[in-house]
Amino acid sequence: MKNILYSKRLAPYIFILPFLVTLAVFWVVPLARSFVMSTQEVLYGQATFIGAANYERLWGDPIFWQAMFNSLRYMVLTIVLLVPIPLVLAAIVNSKIGSPRVKAFFKASMFVPALTSVVVAGIVFRLIFAESDSAMMNQVAAFFGFGPVRWLRADVSGLVALLALALWRWTGVNMMYFLAGMQSIPTEYYEAAAMDGAGKVRQFFHITVPNLRPTVVYVVTISIYGGLAMFLESFMLYAGNASPNNQGLTVVGYLYRKGIEENDLGFASAVGVVLLVIIMAINLTYLFFSGTFKKEAA
Amino acid sequence: MVAPPPAVQSTPPRPRRRAGRDDRGERSTDARGPRLSHTAGSWIQAGLLVVIAAIALVPLVAIFVGTFQDGNDVIRRGMSFDVDVSALNLDNYVMLFTDSGAYFQWFGNSLVLTVVQVVLTLLVSSFVAYGFAMYDFPGKSLWFVMVLLVMTVPFEMLMLPLYVQVNDMGLADTYTVIVLPFLAQAVTIFFFRQYFLGIPKDLLEAGRVDGVTEFGIFFRIVLPISKPAMAAMAILNGMICWNNFLWPLLVLRTPEKFTLPIGLNTLLTPYGNNYELLIIGAFFSLIPILILFLAFQRFFIEGMTAGAVKG
Repeated sequence: MKNILYSKRLAPYIFILPFLVTLAVFWVVPLARSFVMSTQEVLYGQATFIGAANYERLWGDPIFWQAMFNSLRYMVLTIVLLVPIPLVLAAIVNSKIGSPRVKAFFKASMFVPALTSVVVAGIVFRLIFAESDSAMMNQVAAFFGFGPVRWLRADVSGLVALLALALWRWTGVNMMYFLAGMQSIPTEYYEAAAMDGAGKVRQFFHITVPNLRPTVVYVVTISIYGGLAMFLESFMLYAGNASPNNQGLTVVGYLYRKGIEENDLGFASAVGVVLLVIIMAINLTYLFFSGTFKKEAA
Repeated sequence: MVAPPPAVQSTPPRPRRRAGRDDRGERSTDARGPRLSHTAGSWIQAGLLVVIAAIALVPLVAIFVGTFQDGNDVIRRGMSFDVDVSALNLDNYVMLFTDSGAYFQWFGNSLVLTVVQVVLTLLVSSFVAYGFAMYDFPGKSLWFVMVLLVMTVPFEMLMLPLYVQVNDMGLADTYTVIVLPFLAQAVTIFFFRQYFLGIPKDLLEAGRVDGVTEFGIFFRIVLPISKPAMAAMAILNGMICWNNFLWPLLVLRTPEKFTLPIGLNTLLTPYGNNYELLIIGAFFSLIPILILFLAFQRFFIEGMTAGAVKG
């Protein structure tokens, strides 16, 4: 016993043992099971091997494709919104001018939405995007001369509500990522650029953006899988997994509907496997082209 | 397969910050030379930032105002900029403290579960991280790549097989199964590893010379000097647990065991008759986190930007 406690060769394995056990029991086994179940028809606990039939069913299922379209659309739009906007805000906060007090207040206010649970955020946004004339977003719409809009009844306006929710919750967090990245850029770069006569805008595009590359790669990567795996935001906004014409249905929502609500475990597993493969493929492709592998190898 | 490096890395032990200004995260701006205050540019900037901050705070102010309004009315008409000040009242507060059914049970459940899960997660994850940070052993990089890989697989991918497995094991509807799969938490392991890498190895050797066991070194020498990392990860994990929704939604069946998010969700039905509780309950669920945020803002930002916590 004494030897074990003092052994430098054995100790690391004991230290990482909890991770290895977690990995085996809660990751490898369920994922393997997911693959196996995706080739089965599971009825009342009885599993029958049916080969690729679940995947064939998936391929011909228009609702699955609709869910896939919704998830991809949401992912792309969240990246389009949640990279440039926080980046510009971070640059403003990071600039020399301005009062530190105002900036501290700003950072705190932008960060607070990330502290809310998706449940609370969903409840509030559902009520802000309510249908009546007097709901906040309809008052805003009326100010710009249109509306009232029945936000959650139509596809595009429902998407607007969903994106507003994402923007509200994540702008502050992404801004903090960019801010941390900006603060590690040496001041000399800016001084040299200023001496060469580069204005603030040119400095932003020629110094800040290129030097932030690792941060941008990171934020885009988490946005890819966060966007593709989105489920709860829609679940809360539409007060359940059902939305008009499935306009709020995402791939994970479909997996939830088939697997949990309809207990069609084989088919739902196939949905999960396809999504996992897509997420991994997109992430790896993106990391490959953004040069992350080269740096890791060096 | 390689995950991207987190954008923010923890730093080794450093002198404790002075309380006050520094804690509010104002360390950023002064580094770049003298400030030009009161110029036109800084006024425009201040105006812009205050307006955006105000927009970000609208939903929170709206729910706060909603706690003083008639719940059915708010649900029917939505949250509005037009607030009838004369109709505001404290009825919901009276109801919350006298007749709110299971609300405080949910609140208590969430509190207990959060504390237990945070303490265990910090202990287990830092333990694992120490193994990765302080030793060289065959297979180390392979296993560490597994940590990074686990970080990039969203839980949504695992929920179905995990749910099936938990049902088979007869662990459904228990708190054990809510906590157990996430004790060795990848983002937390990653963060602690970065932190431990900054601790001088001489410290460990000194412990070994004094006859302390490998585990004694971790518990008695390294953990006590890791408080800043502990604080950041306690905040991060505390927030994740307090707001945890999807997994408890799948696992919990008995209403007495519901956590706050699950309980609140049950109030959001089209046939609900307790919309007052929905709104004031949602607002009160924010309070513990808001208080912690005001007290420990720096740790929040450090913890939240340590890894991906979307959704």
